[in-house]
Amino acid sequence: MPPREGTYGMLAEFDNPSDLVRAARQARQDGWRRMECYTPYPVEEAAEAIGFHRNEVPLVTLIGGLMGCAAMFSLETWISVLAYPLNIAGRPTYSWPAFMVPAYEWTILWAGLSACFGMLALNGLPALYHPLFNAPNFRDGATTDKFFLCLEALDPKFDLIEAKAYLESFQPASVVEVEY
Amino acid sequence: MATSEGKTTDPGIDPETGEYRVIGQGQTFRSVTEKISRIVLTPHTPLGWFAFFGVAGAGATMLLVAVTWLFLKGVGIWAITQPVAWGFAIINFVWWIGIGHAGTLISAILLLFKQGWRNSINRFAEAMTIFAVICAGMFPLIHVGRPWVSYWMLPLPFTMNVWPQFRSPLLWDVFAVSTYATISVVFWYMGMIPDFGTLRDRSESRIAQYFYGMLSMGWRGSTRHWMRYETASLLLAGLATPLVLSVHTVISFDFAVAVLPGWHTTIFPPYFVAGAIYSGFAMVLTLAIPLRKFYHLEALVTERHIDNMGKVMLATGFIVAYGYGMEVFMAWYSASHWEAFMMWNRMFGPMGWAYWVLVTCNLAIPLTTLWSRRLRTNITFMFLLSIVVNTGMWFERFVIIVTSLYRDFLPSAWGTYRATKWDYMTYVGTLGLFTALFVLFVRFLPMIPMNEIRMMLPGAKITPKATAKAGD
Repeated sequence: MPPREGTYGMLAEFDNPSDLVRAARQARQDGWRRMECYTPYPVEEAAEAIGFHRNEVPLVTLIGGLMGCAAMFSLETWISVLAYPLNIAGRPTYSWPAFMVPAYEWTILWAGLSACFGMLALNGLPALYHPLFNAPNFRDGATTDKFFLCLEALDPKFDLIEAKAYLESFQPASVVEVEY
Repeated sequence: MATSEGKTTDPGIDPETGEYRVIGQGQTFRSVTEKISRIVLTPHTPLGWFAFFGVAGAGATMLLVAVTWLFLKGVGIWAITQPVAWGFAIINFVWWIGIGHAGTLISAILLLFKQGWRNSINRFAEAMTIFAVICAGMFPLIHVGRPWVSYWMLPLPFTMNVWPQFRSPLLWDVFAVSTYATISVVFWYMGMIPDFGTLRDRSESRIAQYFYGMLSMGWRGSTRHWMRYETASLLLAGLATPLVLSVHTVISFDFAVAVLPGWHTTIFPPYFVAGAIYSGFAMVLTLAIPLRKFYHLEALVTERHIDNMGKVMLATGFIVAYGYGMEVFMAWYSASHWEAFMMWNRMFGPMGWAYWVLVTCNLAIPLTTLWSRRLRTNITFMFLLSIVVNTGMWFERFVIIVTSLYRDFLPSAWGTYRATKWDYMTYVGTLGLFTALFVLFVRFLPMIPMNEIRMMLPGAKITPKATAKAGD
């Protein structure tokens, strides 16, 4: 990532989720694209308002699960048929029904790990630094009881004075500029 | 937004929505956050905490002594011998794993069923799962006699070129239990990431900020993050549900695959799973009731939670009762001499008392009393009942293992089983370890998921066009 300086965006603080959702919806209608809501708990309406409908976590999970299943089943088959064939009560060396149980467990194991780590990777976490934490009111509210809308400077419509005035038209509790 | 239409005056019902309130009245985002984060962030540790930790730590130390002696002398210090080769170790293994299952049930299955009331109790139920699995997982490892070569159970390329035998349920167990432990930890940790963010932002000490900051991974509550997070949680819940069912099923295969009267039965998988959930909910109650009192969380873990858990126990208790009934029925219906004798011996033989303890604790007391709403919401009663059920479920495993083994096909091979002091020390030691870990958990980690509680507050409702401020 190239080193950045200057303004990250303009951050409006709301006291309740309804105001945030209304503001976000309006901003999207008015053509804003680079924006993000910050809430202390998941607010689905906010995601819809900023036009975020689908994510790739299910796909990552599916791929992980299939890989786990294939990995364990082939390992079992290789061990029981080729590497170390044992005669257990006269059963065939390739006794696939018995192999299904560990393969099933590994499907779940890999799918679960993919879901968690895939989610973190897609979110860009862990992140040691983020400019939003420079905003004076962000840390007290964003993880407790305040709802934020951030218009990012990367949006072509962004202009320091206009963005501030635009956000203030929603009557938020405050509007602050966030710096890198 | 009518303030009072006089429709209902029941404080348990939300007048706006007409739904049952799960969280006590008058809570706001900030008040619940304060309440939960203060328990962790306060620099003052209550004296009672040290008392609990001291007693539990003494138990854990006893476990250390017992296990050290075991490693020095071998499994001969336990009572296991022929014909009862599976004693306390496997009883405790199944008991602990079963306790863990309720945590997963609460966090995963009830999430899929959109049971909002679970939000208050799921975090510590998950913690209970993890600590129970730690205690459970230890038993097979120390039971193998040479625990330092336990890694032979894994498919690893050794110089001796020996590989595991994948047709044995005992090996399936290795994969089932290790997957269960891993997924439980991942689910638990992932659930705490947003709360770590809250703790990072609310803590005043530098060390705590650093500690929770690292744990929170830089969580900032972005909506895009939240949506991926919610998807991942739902997927993990969807994965943990078949997992929890498979784990106890595989454990029951350890028994059911053997051709031994009392073990060789197809009822085992569902009956084990139901028993696991039954005992697990009892353990959640055993932990939740003192906790809510000690930390004044009555507004978050309400009587309704206790009531609902009582109902789940009633349902699973009846499945367990069906399992017991079916065992007796099959002993008669199979027309097998050995099956019939096993059942007679289990009920009226020298160890018959254990069977009747089990029937009293698991069936007679809970399944008659849990019908009454008055008793289900009586906190003291539910606490005592939870201990009764935990005892009963321990005896269930004792009965299944010991009374099936000690008098098998050949009378000349009959024996008995009498646990030694090392057996008891190991068992009580794991209780100490479990409690010690749990006590540490409530001190240093958020025991109630703050982000999930916030979702359930009236303030979280999105109102389409509110010009005036809502009352909540």
